[in-house]
Parts: sequence; structure tokens; C-alpha cells
Amino acid sequence: MNFDFTDDQHAIKRTAKDFLADRFTLERVRELAESREYDDAAWREMCELGWAGIFASERYGGQGLGMVELVILMEELGYALAPVPFLSNAAAGLALQFAGTPEQRERWLPGIASGGARGTVGLVGGGEARLVPDAESAEVIVIFTGVGGFVVERSGADVEPIETIDLTRRFARVRADGGDPLVGDGGDAPYRIATAVAAELTGVGQRGMEMAVQYARERKQFGRPIGAYQAVSHRCAQMLLEVEGARSASYYAGWCADAEPETLPLAASMAKAYASDAGWRVTASSLQVHGGIGFTWEHDLHFFLKRAKVDGMLYGSAGELRDDVAALSGVEAVAPAPA
Amino acid sequence: MDLTLSPSEREFRDRLRAWLAGNNPGPDPPGDDAAFEHRRDWQRKLFDAGYAGFAWPKEYGGQGATLVEQAIFGEEMARAKAPQPVNILGLVMGGPVVIHHGTEEQKERWLRPILTADEIWCQGFSEPESGSDLASLKTRAIKSNGEWLVTGQKVWTTYARRSKWCMLVARTDPDAPKHQGLTYFIMDMEQDAVQVRPLAQITGEPEFNELFMEEARIPDENVVGGVGNGWGVAITTLMNERAGLGAASAAGVRIALGELRELADERGVADDPVVRQRIGQLTIEVELLRLNAWRGLSAIMKRGVPGPEGSLPKWQWSEVNQALTELAIDILGEDGAAWDSPWAYRFLRARANSIEGGTTEILKNIVAERVLGLPKLR
Repeated sequence: MNFDFTDDQHAIKRTAKDFLADRFTLERVRELAESREYDDAAWREMCELGWAGIFASERYGGQGLGMVELVILMEELGYALAPVPFLSNAAAGLALQFAGTPEQRERWLPGIASGGARGTVGLVGGGEARLVPDAESAEVIVIFTGVGGFVVERSGADVEPIETIDLTRRFARVRADGGDPLVGDGGDAPYRIATAVAAELTGVGQRGMEMAVQYARERKQFGRPIGAYQAVSHRCAQMLLEVEGARSASYYAGWCADAEPETLPLAASMAKAYASDAGWRVTASSLQVHGGIGFTWEHDLHFFLKRAKVDGMLYGSAGELRDDVAALSGVEAVAPAPA
Repeated sequence: MDLTLSPSEREFRDRLRAWLAGNNPGPDPPGDDAAFEHRRDWQRKLFDAGYAGFAWPKEYGGQGATLVEQAIFGEEMARAKAPQPVNILGLVMGGPVVIHHGTEEQKERWLRPILTADEIWCQGFSEPESGSDLASLKTRAIKSNGEWLVTGQKVWTTYARRSKWCMLVARTDPDAPKHQGLTYFIMDMEQDAVQVRPLAQITGEPEFNELFMEEARIPDENVVGGVGNGWGVAITTLMNERAGLGAASAAGVRIALGELRELADERGVADDPVVRQRIGQLTIEVELLRLNAWRGLSAIMKRGVPGPEGSLPKWQWSEVNQALTELAIDILGEDGAAWDSPWAYRFLRARANSIEGGTTEILKNIVAERVLGLPKLR
């Protein structure tokens, strides 16, 4: 029993944190968000570091590591709010690696793992996938239908860009049919993708909390730092509770994916449901701690708040996944202790 | 990262589970006296099997269990719905304090009867005027002819009527700053100067007591950790043996969640979308208790100190248990109003969860000040 990263995993986390802090200052994130752009140079560096294919088989040019390593990167990417097409591409890689046919993997995974020919994933609801990140710039789109999935080339799909409240990411609606079917019902790939988003939300929440705590230490009203007042400090304590919960849940789901995939659907549903709520509540609470300045465009917090809200909707909402948790955990009265 | 038990941990768990299957005496019988005897017998059985004072060092009659074994022990006890050993306060608080701060004579005198449940221990910390602000306590101890005379009042004292010894914190120097004038005593409860009055709770049960002392006598050799050091000793009492408790409380609510699910099925509301949302959320939060507990244990094993998640379990557990029992009562509807409904006691008892052992507000203060580094209010 050891619920902690290995030394190698800690090293990945440190490297990612340092790299992202250097490349994505808040000024840089703002500049990219306001011009609706990604940082292509930083993205290429990430690809050279092997991040894009961190979980993909070495056979396809990946690092051959696991979901835990991807979770580590996603948390740090969320913390930095890095505007890069990482999540969409990783989602496509997970879909193809875990639900693709051998031909589909051969064809698409090398490009995804190197970052040279990216992919993305959409979930169909009501005849179209309504919130697909980076569909315009992807080469390949994987569509999950709820009972299975298929793969289409971007050129074979109807892609309609939409601007969401999250300016750090590009989205589109996608309509496509008649693509190349995935294996079976798509297996547990959607749960791996949900786990990645849960980890990103953990990082977003962590940053929102740190911003609140720093502000509460510095901002003085009535002659004291506002963090000395329990109305403010207890809000911050609540943020810690929720961020740590999201963290435990997403690390656990990552581990389940790698070590005991049969437990992944429940663990991932829990992680994404909890992290979706936590990401939003923590950033919204942080905005309240910041008061009026937090509501201004010139403060950076709103970029995190908006990312958290849109991540909450992406690849399964808290409400849908909570219902899945109720269903997946079934009527069995007592789950066994960890074995 | 490896969230499975190692072969030796699994072997330990399986051995304990098999032992529990053959020895767990089941729930308390009705009536205070019968329940007390039931739990005393249970502790003696645990003692004979080597499970009493399981976390204590071997030289003092314990097993020197690892943190993981302690957590497994707590989980398995909850899973088997085994009763608490009768001398729980002696086992998790009194004994460890004597082990850490006591003299050899004190260890010789007190430790073994704690393990065997021959001498029951209670705790005299809180007072009517000193709850969260424990260091403001007013009970006085004055030295006279080589012994201490204690006068004052304590409250929330579990098992006071059946206890031989009381862990008592009293003020020995009224002129010192409030945290420095306190001393930690072990007081003999069998004296006329100590009066116990049961205190009925909202459940109707007198689980706790008030304690009145009028020049109660404590020999000088019953001071633990030195005169004036009571605050530090009391804090170790409060911090002690918490490591395995997170996992145990998580296992307890997991059992309760199973019962809640059965209730939802019986009442035909398992398909109700609102009930499903609430059960889904509770399922997540119960699982998070377990995961946070294990993450906390891993942090202690690696770094020797708990990580930030270590300060959260008790706060989180109280919220989960309250939400869980509230949902059960909601599912029962009008039948939930009945005094003898199986959930009524648990529903009412849960209100204390966010008060006992540190209120949620105090826990939030601790998180804000010590984990997040926010400025102190005071």
C-alpha cells in the first residue's frame, strides 16, 4: 500500500511544473487567450519532451508510460492554464490506443504521439458532438456515440467553430457519420479521457485556491488581512477540502486505469463528477474572496473560472456521472476493502 | 503508486478477518450495564488474541503495528461491525500519553490494566466555559502536603461512572499565560470528592457525564509530563493514534452507505433521480474518505508528517455521516418521524459529529492557519 508517486513520477511532475511556469506566465496566458491563439513553440517543445505520447505504446512512438503519468501532466497543464492542444490530442490517443483497431492505431497513433498530426474526441448527443476541442486543427476525430464510436478524418466531418467562455481553448461542433468503427463499444477509453479532465480540473482548482489564499494574506480591510476573518479563511479551508478530494480521486482513477482497469469506470466517474464540481466551486469561491477586483477582466482569475466551468461540461457532466456512480456501484451493500 | 495490499499486509488482513468471523460478539445488547459488560468481554477477547493496544510498542504489551496495519485493523473492525472495546479512551489516548510522557513507575502501574480492561479510563478536558478554547479551562489544582487538591467541573466525560482513572487537565499556575499554567493528571475516580452526573443528549441517552470535583485528591506521582506542561501533553493525547482512525471512520460510513442503499431499494426510490444524485454524491464522498486516509498514511510513512489532506478526515467524515443519515430520514418520509425508526437514533446522534473531538469551525481554523498559512484571527 503506497498512495504516492514513484521517484520518476515525482521527477515528471517537477519538470512539468518548472517548464510550464517558465513558458506560461499569466501575462503570456492572457496574451494567448485574448488573441485566441495557442503557443505553437511551447507545444513543439512539449512534443519533443515526449509529453504528447506519454501514455502511448513505444511501438507508435510513445513513451509507453501510463495514465498516472498523464494525470501528472494534466494537473500541471491545468495549473498553468497552458493554451496548447494537449488535452484534445491526448483524448484521441487514449481513444485509439484503447478502442482502436490495429489499422486505426497504425495509421493515427504515431502522429498523435509525436504531436505532428493531432487528433481530438467528441461525444455525440442529439445528432452532433457539441463541444469538441481543437476539431478545426485536428487531422483525425474520434466520435463516441454512447454505444460505440468511430473515427473520421477532419476533412470528412462537418466542423463548425464555436467560441466558448473558455478563451484558452478552441472548440467546435462536429457532425459526422459513416466513419470507421472503433472496436466494440469503445471499451473504457471514455473513462480514461474523463480521468484526464478530472486531473486538469484539479490543477485549475489548486491555482484558484492559491490565488485566493495569496490575496487573503495581502488584502487588508478594517485594518487586517481579510484572511484573518473566518468568513474568508473558512472559504479557503473549504477550497482545500475540495481540491484535495479532486486530487485523491483523479490520482486513484489514474492508478485504476493502469493497475486494475476493471475498477476504472467507477473510479473515473467519481473523479470527473467530483472534480467538475470542485473546479467550479473553488474558482467561484476564489472570485468571491477577491471581491470586486476578481470580477474585472484585468484580473487573471476569470480565465481559470471559465476553464473550470467548461471542463466540467466536457466529456461528461457532474450530474450525469453522479448518476453513473449510483448505477455502477449498484445495489451491492458492502464494497470489499482494498485488496 | 500501489493501492493494493502487500502480501504480508494481505495475510495480516485475512488472518484478522478470519479471527473476527469467529469471535466478533455482534452489536451491544439493550441496557447500559449489559452493553458495558458486552464491550468489556470483547476487549478481553481482543487482549487474549493480541489485538488490544495493537498500535502500542511491544515492550508495553502492544504489537507495534505499522500504520498500514492499524488502518487495516480499523477498516476490518468497521467492516465486521464489531463493537468498540470498552476502554477505548485508555487504549487510544491514556496509554499512549503514559508511554510517551510517563515515568517507568507510571507505565508499570497503569498500562497493563488499560489493555485488560480491568481499569477503565475517562477524559476530563472540556468544561462548561471551555470547549473549543480548551486552554482557558478553570479547574484548579493546588498543592498541599505533597498532594494536589482539585476543584472544578468537567463535562462530556464518557464512561465517567464506570471509570477508575480520569485524564484530567487542571490549572496549577493561575498567574502563568493560559497555555503554560496547566498540568496533566491521572485522577482516581473512586473518591467522594468526585461526583458524576449523567448528561442526557438529544438522543435521550446519557452517553456523557458531568464531573464535579470538590478538593479531590491526586498524589504528586500522578502528574504526567511535569507540572506546567499539561497543554503539550494534552495535545499529544489529542493528536495521538489518529493515523488509523481515518481509515476506520471511512470504513464505518461505507457500511452505513450500504445500509442506505438497501433502504432506498426497500422503499422503491432507487430510481428516483434526486435520490440517485444524493446517493451518487455520498458514494463519491465515502470513497474520498478512504482515499484521503490512505494518501495521508502514505505521506506520514514517507515524510514522517501528514500532508495537507491529513487535517481533513474528521471534518469530512462528520459532513458525510450527517448527509447520509439525513438522506435516510428523507427516504423514510413520514415514517422517519418515529422515535423507534432504525435511523432516528443515528440521525440524531450524527449532529454531534461536527462538534465532538474538535468542532468543524475549529478544524477549518486549523486548516486555514496551519495548512494554508492564513493570518490568525487572534
